Amino acid sequence: MAIRTTKTRLTGMAVAAMLGIAAVAAPAQAETLRMAWAQDATGLDPHKQTAFPSLRLLELVYEPLVRLDSKLQIMPAIAESWEYSADGKTLTFMIDADAKFQNGAPVTSADVKASFERILNEETGAVARANFLSIDGIDAPDANTVVFNLSQPDAPMLTAMTDINAAVLPASEIAAGSVGTKTVGSGPFSLEKWDPNSKATLVANKDWAGGMPGVDGIDISVFPDESAILAAMRTKQIDFALMNDPLIATLVPRESGLQLNREAVLSYHVLQLNPSRSPFTELGVRQAISCAIDRQQILDTASLGEGRVTGPLTIPAYASDPNSLFCYTRDVEKAKKLLADAGYADGFSTTVIAATGEPPTAASEAQVIQAQLAEIGITVEIEMMELNVYIDRWLKADFDMAVALNGGRADPFTMYNRYWTKAGNLQKVSNYIDDTLDSLMMKGRAETDPAARKETFAAFEKHLAEMSPWIWLYNSYNYTAQQDNVKGFTPTPTGSLFSLSEVTVE
Amino acid sequence: MNYLTGRLVTFPLVLLGVSLIVFIAIRLVPGDSITAMLGTEAGLLTPKQREALAAYFGIDQPWFIQYWRWLYDLFHGDLGVSVTYGRPVLDVILERFPLTLELALLSMIVALLVGVPAGVYAATHNEQPSDLGVRIIAMVGQSTPNFVLGLVIIYILSAGFGILPVMGTFTSIWQDPLTNLSQMILPAVTLGFAFAASVTRISRSAMLDILKDDYVRTARSKGASSRAVIWRHALPNALIPVVTLSGIEFSYLLGGAVIVEQIFALPGLGRLVLDAILQRDYALVQGTVLFIAFNVMVVNLLVDLAYATLDPRIRLGER
Repeated sequence: MAIRTTKTRLTGMAVAAMLGIAAVAAPAQAETLRMAWAQDATGLDPHKQTAFPSLRLLELVYEPLVRLDSKLQIMPAIAESWEYSADGKTLTFMIDADAKFQNGAPVTSADVKASFERILNEETGAVARANFLSIDGIDAPDANTVVFNLSQPDAPMLTAMTDINAAVLPASEIAAGSVGTKTVGSGPFSLEKWDPNSKATLVANKDWAGGMPGVDGIDISVFPDESAILAAMRTKQIDFALMNDPLIATLVPRESGLQLNREAVLSYHVLQLNPSRSPFTELGVRQAISCAIDRQQILDTASLGEGRVTGPLTIPAYASDPNSLFCYTRDVEKAKKLLADAGYADGFSTTVIAATGEPPTAASEAQVIQAQLAEIGITVEIEMMELNVYIDRWLKADFDMAVALNGGRADPFTMYNRYWTKAGNLQKVSNYIDDTLDSLMMKGRAETDPAARKETFAAFEKHLAEMSPWIWLYNSYNYTAQQDNVKGFTPTPTGSLFSLSEVTVE
Repeated sequence: MNYLTGRLVTFPLVLLGVSLIVFIAIRLVPGDSITAMLGTEAGLLTPKQREALAAYFGIDQPWFIQYWRWLYDLFHGDLGVSVTYGRPVLDVILERFPLTLELALLSMIVALLVGVPAGVYAATHNEQPSDLGVRIIAMVGQSTPNFVLGLVIIYILSAGFGILPVMGTFTSIWQDPLTNLSQMILPAVTLGFAFAASVTRISRSAMLDILKDDYVRTARSKGASSRAVIWRHALPNALIPVVTLSGIEFSYLLGGAVIVEQIFALPGLGRLVLDAILQRDYALVQGTVLFIAFNVMVVNLLVDLAYATLDPRIRLGER
């Protein structure tokens, strides 16, 4: 065996020499973390960017008032403490006196006020604005105290403030209009160079209030093909990588020296029905589809079983046992009966839209759904399309059914307010109005007692699954791959890479 | 000379046509810069927020006004600013172009160095087993998609031998020629392989035709050595279809080799234009396509001029 290895190595070196490969597999450097991902950030304005890679890059540079830990508990960030008034209509933050921007200026209440006013200003075009509409006014009584006056009690707002879309920016940069072109954050790293869709260079911020990061910097390279990321990790060119495709991520543990971190995420795979279009207007038809779908089979076939069947709530603290929800055990006979009772004994024809490669499992999911629904007489035609075309159709609700991967939030209200309340901004996409759902959401928003909130949202989830406007399928894992000598990374359900600030390379 | 002037006069007209088609086509596709940036979250925007973002991306005016503005800037030497890069479009293109040019040149060198000798060899061994062997390899080469070849090369090197040139961080040839070459050779081989196969097939058939020509027989009867007949008398004439093929292939490669650039993580023009389309970075798409079109026209012109040099019988512009 040893002889064979030596021989292989010799042949390898010969091939390398032949190809003129000068720098063969540089040894792991101790100081800089070499990271790879397949998709790059799309921009640098933390209030505007919503793409997953943008958030991951920006949360290493900027900081919100508070942030979530790996258990989704709210932790201090720029704010060292906070407090709701007894009536729930005032939220006060004390700012960490050590917090400093990367230009050397301290973070003050004036910066917080300017940042939230920027988010609330419609001219900015910040999508997070929708989460902060309860803010009536912001006071800055002294440099380290900031007070949010609310028009109504708003428990989920604090969770929304953990998002990097609510980052605190220097008031001076906001006034200068340089946000998005110049990055001045208060986070663990500063962005030294960014060449979009190619590479980014992050340097440790020695003045970071959270302490010195464990590495001197992070070099992020964009490898559009994930199998090339795996190859680069095999040859130790890359220390840490994000992966999307379960087909490739699951190969990581087979490589010696590499490990895969898996964390169940808040985003969910779902089959969206369009209840404004016949025959999905009929409760019986929607329920029949719910009963005809074998969620576990979709998960196993499309995603190699990488994930778990879920109801609408993916947040661990709020999720119910999926088996307690309507028709989570497949029942084809019941589905046929429901369909017949709704007047569609012979089934019907319909279409499902899906985006190519986004998520990578979309096409397979659509195919399994097509096969499963065929069993109750529903003929499904699959329409695959480029992501932007899909989003355009999705936003116009121009579909019968849609295979989707929708983002999750750490709070059920923030996660679903957009779809299932009467005033929800994406009500035009969900096309489903239900008094019970609306009132339960409003109750959950005002409620501050955790046990009572959980009960409210459990009732919400049960009712939503039973009304079946959408068929929730599963939530998958967020994958990061790393060399064995990378220590200290903690994955989180939000997919945050913030703990790279604690990572060391040994 | 007349021919050259005629061609040069049509340049701006063709470019104008290309720019108009691209300008309209990219706007006809559903989705815009806003949905590309925000995804489904774009649905959370209020109408006023949407207007503010549209103004930011410069898509708040009707398309013909946008086109007029773009054209006006173009005649002032300004291709606009990329919203993704926050920099002038031309700067971004010129930064990516050297890689694409180098990759195109290298893969053409690979293709010609392998393809022409292989074609000549096969032609001179017509219908012998070795000819059949070359033809089979050429057939396989032509029908293997380059993403398969690229991935197989990467897999064999990394999993089988534990080696791989540095990927992800691209080193330009001016910074460090050796590292640059180590990064470029695999993509060049991947791209050059299928190209070499085409060159082999076309130079073989051209060579076969020419070897039957009278002047070749004359050269032989005058006692020229077999080697001299093939390389000095026959080959130059057999090269004309190879030049045509290379010209087409080269101008195609100058548009960027999207798939190979994706696999080998090379920041070339192909990926630039693909990402620009996916992110609906209109100015960048328009600028890059215009730049590519210009290159294709220049290469085509050079190919025409090369005919005249290779074969004195061809007089450009004469009827």
